[in-house]
Amino acid sequence: MTSELDIFVGNTTLIDEDVYRLWLDGYSVTDAVALRVRSGILEQTGATAAVLQSDTMDHYRTFHMLERLLHIPPSRQALLIERYPGPARPPFLSFVGGYYAFDEAFVREVLGKKLSKGTKKDLDDISTKTGITLKSCRRQFDNFKRVFKVVEEMRGSLVDNIQQHFLLSDRLARDYAAIVFFANNRFETGKKKLQYLSFGDFAFCAELMIQNWTLGAVGEAPIDPDSQMDDMDMDLDKEFLQDLKELKVLVADKDLLDLHKSLVCTALRGKLGVFSEMEANFKNLSRGLVNVAAKLTHNKDVRDLFVDLVEKFVEPCRSDHWPLSDVRFFLNQYSASVHSLDGFRHQALWDRYMGTLRGCLLRLYHD
Amino acid sequence: MPGKLKVKIVAGRHLPVMDRASDLTDAFVEVKFGNTTFKTDVYLKSLNPQWNSEWFKFEVDDEDLQDEPLQITVLDHDTYSANDAIGKVYIDIDPLLYSEAATVISGWFPIYDTIHGIRGEINVVVKVDLFNDLNRFRQSSCGVKFFCTTSIPKCYRAVIIHGFVEELVVNEDPEYQWIDRIRTPRASNEARQRLISLMSGELQRKIGLKVLEMRGNAVVGYLQCFDLEGESGLVVRAIGTACTLDKLSSPAAFLPACNSPSKEMKEIPFNEDPNPNTHSSGPSTPLKNQTYSFSPSKSYSRQSSSSDTDLSLTPKTGMGSGSAGKEGGPFKALLRQQTQSALEQREFPFFTLTAFPPGFLVHVGGVVSARSVKLLDRIHNPDEPETRDAWWAEIRQEIKSHAKALGCHAVVGYSESTSICEEVCILSASGTAAVLNPRFLQDGTVEGCLEQRLEENLSIRCGFCHIPYDELNMPFPAHLTYCYNCRKQKVPDVLFTTIDLPTDATVIGKGCLIQARLCRLKKKAQAEANATAISNLLPFMEYEVHTQLMNKLKLKGMNALFGLRIQITVGENMLMGLASATGVYLAALPTPGGIQIAGKTPNDGSYEQHISHMQKKINDTIAKNKELYEINPPEISEEIIGSPIPEPRQRSRLLRSQSESSDEVTELDLSHGKKDAFVLEIDDTDAMEDVHSLLTDVPPPSGFYSCNTEIMPGINNWTSEIQMFTSVRVIRLSSLNLTNQALNKNFNDLCENLLKSLYFKLRSMIPCCLCHVNFTVSLPEDELIQVTVTAVAITFDKNQALQTTKTPVEKSLQRASTDNEELLQFPLELCSDSLPSHPFPPVKEHLESASSNSGIPAAQRAVTVEKASPVGDGNFRNRSAPPCANSTVGVVKMTPLSFIPGAKITKYLGIINMFFIRETTSLREEGGVSGFLHAFIAEVFAMVRAHVAALGGNAVVSYIMKQCVFMENPNKNQAQCLINVSGDAVVFVRESDLEVVSSQQPTTNCQSSCTEGEVTT
Repeated sequence: MTSELDIFVGNTTLIDEDVYRLWLDGYSVTDAVALRVRSGILEQTGATAAVLQSDTMDHYRTFHMLERLLHIPPSRQALLIERYPGPARPPFLSFVGGYYAFDEAFVREVLGKKLSKGTKKDLDDISTKTGITLKSCRRQFDNFKRVFKVVEEMRGSLVDNIQQHFLLSDRLARDYAAIVFFANNRFETGKKKLQYLSFGDFAFCAELMIQNWTLGAVGEAPIDPDSQMDDMDMDLDKEFLQDLKELKVLVADKDLLDLHKSLVCTALRGKLGVFSEMEANFKNLSRGLVNVAAKLTHNKDVRDLFVDLVEKFVEPCRSDHWPLSDVRFFLNQYSASVHSLDGFRHQALWDRYMGTLRGCLLRLYHD
Repeated sequence: MPGKLKVKIVAGRHLPVMDRASDLTDAFVEVKFGNTTFKTDVYLKSLNPQWNSEWFKFEVDDEDLQDEPLQITVLDHDTYSANDAIGKVYIDIDPLLYSEAATVISGWFPIYDTIHGIRGEINVVVKVDLFNDLNRFRQSSCGVKFFCTTSIPKCYRAVIIHGFVEELVVNEDPEYQWIDRIRTPRASNEARQRLISLMSGELQRKIGLKVLEMRGNAVVGYLQCFDLEGESGLVVRAIGTACTLDKLSSPAAFLPACNSPSKEMKEIPFNEDPNPNTHSSGPSTPLKNQTYSFSPSKSYSRQSSSSDTDLSLTPKTGMGSGSAGKEGGPFKALLRQQTQSALEQREFPFFTLTAFPPGFLVHVGGVVSARSVKLLDRIHNPDEPETRDAWWAEIRQEIKSHAKALGCHAVVGYSESTSICEEVCILSASGTAAVLNPRFLQDGTVEGCLEQRLEENLSIRCGFCHIPYDELNMPFPAHLTYCYNCRKQKVPDVLFTTIDLPTDATVIGKGCLIQARLCRLKKKAQAEANATAISNLLPFMEYEVHTQLMNKLKLKGMNALFGLRIQITVGENMLMGLASATGVYLAALPTPGGIQIAGKTPNDGSYEQHISHMQKKINDTIAKNKELYEINPPEISEEIIGSPIPEPRQRSRLLRSQSESSDEVTELDLSHGKKDAFVLEIDDTDAMEDVHSLLTDVPPPSGFYSCNTEIMPGINNWTSEIQMFTSVRVIRLSSLNLTNQALNKNFNDLCENLLKSLYFKLRSMIPCCLCHVNFTVSLPEDELIQVTVTAVAITFDKNQALQTTKTPVEKSLQRASTDNEELLQFPLELCSDSLPSHPFPPVKEHLESASSNSGIPAAQRAVTVEKASPVGDGNFRNRSAPPCANSTVGVVKMTPLSFIPGAKITKYLGIINMFFIRETTSLREEGGVSGFLHAFIAEVFAMVRAHVAALGGNAVVSYIMKQCVFMENPNKNQAQCLINVSGDAVVFVRESDLEVVSSQQPTTNCQSSCTEGEVTT
């Protein structure tokens, strides 16, 4: 007696969270059954191994079908709900959420990389390195790519677009916005220096940058909708990057630099535990921060933004054992003091730059 | 020319890419009705075309309106070659033809292709302007309502239940026409789909005509089936129960609450009561005093099996009806006379209903069934389907005579089925012989009878168990006792029926699903020889199925079966029998005896030991089951039995001791000299197997119950969480050394594993009950067995399980009366207050609320469509806007039950009857047979839901998958599947929502949603 066909189709689609997890993790049916047996489910429910096998097969098939629908152009995803409605909305959303969820270890490997065939070939290595099954890696990579492709051509808020087109939760949509933003700008995140940073750190920075440094941030509506405008939320504001060159005066003009230093030192004297170190390092740090800004006109330097920030600011401070509170004091004072520099005319530009950078640096400053 | 059909093609979405070069599609639509075709413009290069067509108008006869489906074909325009079809939509416009149902069909319909499945969707608006036609000789029957539900629909009241209507139409199967050799599979599938759609329309119209002839206005329990007879043709047949229904103003009072101030009642002019006696004599018949007699159906069926072949059609008339009158006394005679006069004019006093208005069912005799084996031959003249008609007439005649033999004048819970293999066909019919209350059967009203009925209800709660036949002239040997409830009438020791458990029946404990499964090998043979072989096997199968059922029932400690359905399936080299029923313990019936095992060679010591071991096991199982199903019949106290009848006293003492120890029972029973005591003689290995198989049936895991009736007896507190499902399994038997035993074991395992899988899958719903479990067996090929199961899992609240002292009837009666009082008290202005928060606002309001919804996805750039397509798009949008989705607008609910727990059905929108064919030539690529069928069934669900939504409904009740024919050819990478589904589209309102709106105002609410005009203006 062999089973030729064995299906279960519900009016609403039942999703077993545990099996779904196993499927997402890329286990084969046989492995999944073995793992489920080990979880003691047979004893709990009094089911037989054959029942478990059939149930697992059935779930896997359902997931494959749902996956097919998830892959059709996302504007059609409502079809998914119509064809395979869940018993209620939340479980359904958790299905999509589960599908688009990713592993921290994996995302750190591909963050900032071009989502191309070339990277896809490296998935083998990533899989061995992270211990995540190749199947799961592929799914995650394809998800990144799919989201990227869709929102690439869309206007408006990146997070909102992702949320509406992929029915993702707010949290997940924000993460995807960060991934897409990093992939688009190709920020380098893989250097050894940056290994201490988590995906959360980068996502935090990405959100700040999207909010302040992109075209969408300025709220400028495109004049001609048909023109090949940059993507509002995904590309950095080119004009802003050009303007950043103007900040160079802060370090190039010796008087201005001295004045800036004295303003900061006066304000922080006695308040900083690492005052002397700060005083000694001020010019170096300031040069570093301003030069990063001035270089952002080149794509290559944009990519190295995080490397530069860590090299020029985080590492020097860390080697002098600045506590985080002192870093915060310093950065606040450092950016605020510029307002008192009479000779400096780019206050708004400075605020737009430093406001975001300060947030990023504080987040990046940890062990 | 009494009708104008108007169709507007609004838009399409998610169309497939038809032009590989541009990755786009140049789509246009053909709208066809009858012989008229309209076309839209070609909408170039889009997957979401906006046709926004004019209104296409078809001026047609209402006869055509009923017969023809509206055919919508979406095509891709091609300048150089023939246009490619994308897919089709068939829309049944019947729901638009009767006034109370839908007024417009509007929504997104999946575009279906028999090779590719669903390929995008199309937004269509359909309206019908119907002119009144007073022509007496018309051939149409517009206005007759159809219901699949096998009880009186919830927001209606039965004025008269007329009786049986049947019809069949035949045609050549396009798949077997010569042209099929040269046309594409797609063309052939479409020809078939279209033909069947047409035939069901015609069938429905013809049935409607018969109903009008009977002066009814509705068909309840409408069951339509297809017989794919292969070479010899295609038969579409239907049966149903003609009724005159009256819409209730209050959905709560599903009973004929006569004093309810229903304004709609006046719409149906009541005829002058032609039979004034009815009122005085009918209800007042003192049923208590009858000395009717009875039969347990067990032995009966054995008898009937002798007449199971078509060769031995010998109606056993003259046994019950004629003689029964003598004993009965004047009252009974009168009752009989009257019901007979009411039923007499009917050729077949059959009713497809399985649940009845209170008081309708007087007595139940037992299951009657008839089977006949026929050889199919080509239907030469499709317009005169005489042979098929004659076959069914023959079977029905036999059923009728069986019922008569049981002293019954009617058959309820009646159904018909066929099983076809090559040129052999088994026709089966079964039902429950019953005595009915004449009041509902005649023209006349039931006004002022509510009190009477209440009174009567109390007295006849056990009435339906009382035997309808003559005790002294029993049609078969039976074991009778006095009713355990009223102690006045005789009852049988077991009762088998095909109906649902009457709502007023007193049940002890809970029920459970009981199945008998059986296989018999048969030699391969041709034509006549084959038919004879099958005919010879049938009686043995019936007998064995019956014994199995009886044993399993005893093993469960129960004494009655409801919803019994015995299916015999014929294959090339075997016959399969599957009987499903719900066992219960009826309080009115005696405690069932145990099962006694007897060995053939009592002298052998070890053998004896073995026997006693088995016996112990069986007794343990019975005890365990009694505990599991909470069967603890009250100890019959001596005081109660202190009735004037001396005899029962003795008997009850005997029985009391029985309930203490089942071992004694069998002995007692044996000492009674009863031939049919439950002694299993183990005289060979076969019997040993039987006993083993009895004990291998595993009860469902704790927290699970299952039944094949509408709801589980003994559980009343359902929550609103329901999960309908379809499960299909096919196994391949190893062809080597097939024996009956191996076959039985395989089949048994298949069914048991299937049930186990279901329990496992649905474990998150515990505590829950699988209701309406429906097994269908087919033998698609030599070594393949296919089992299809449909059911619904409903969760229930365990904590309240015990507080069910009152029967539902009492409750609803009470509710009905209080509702009415309140209705009078509340001024009308409250009505308008309750409207805005109505959870399912009618169409227009719906649209507004949808479009004012701010979370509209940016992807929906087609603003124009949204304006033009009210219902479907509103629905769609509400569903797809993720963050702020309105939780009340969910997916269309589907259930095989006639009701939705925790909700009130406020409106019936019409029947859904759909037939789909799906074929693939890339089976592997679609995920093998399982993937293919899974996707197809999911698509069928989606299409049913879309059609219901387009009618303005939010649920389909009495949903049934009547056919699922699956054929595969893995070598050619091909598979084909035919699915036929039906159900009733309805609008329901959650009770909790109703209560929020105004807890005391279900009546006004219902009205507002029923009469749409009031609200929208």
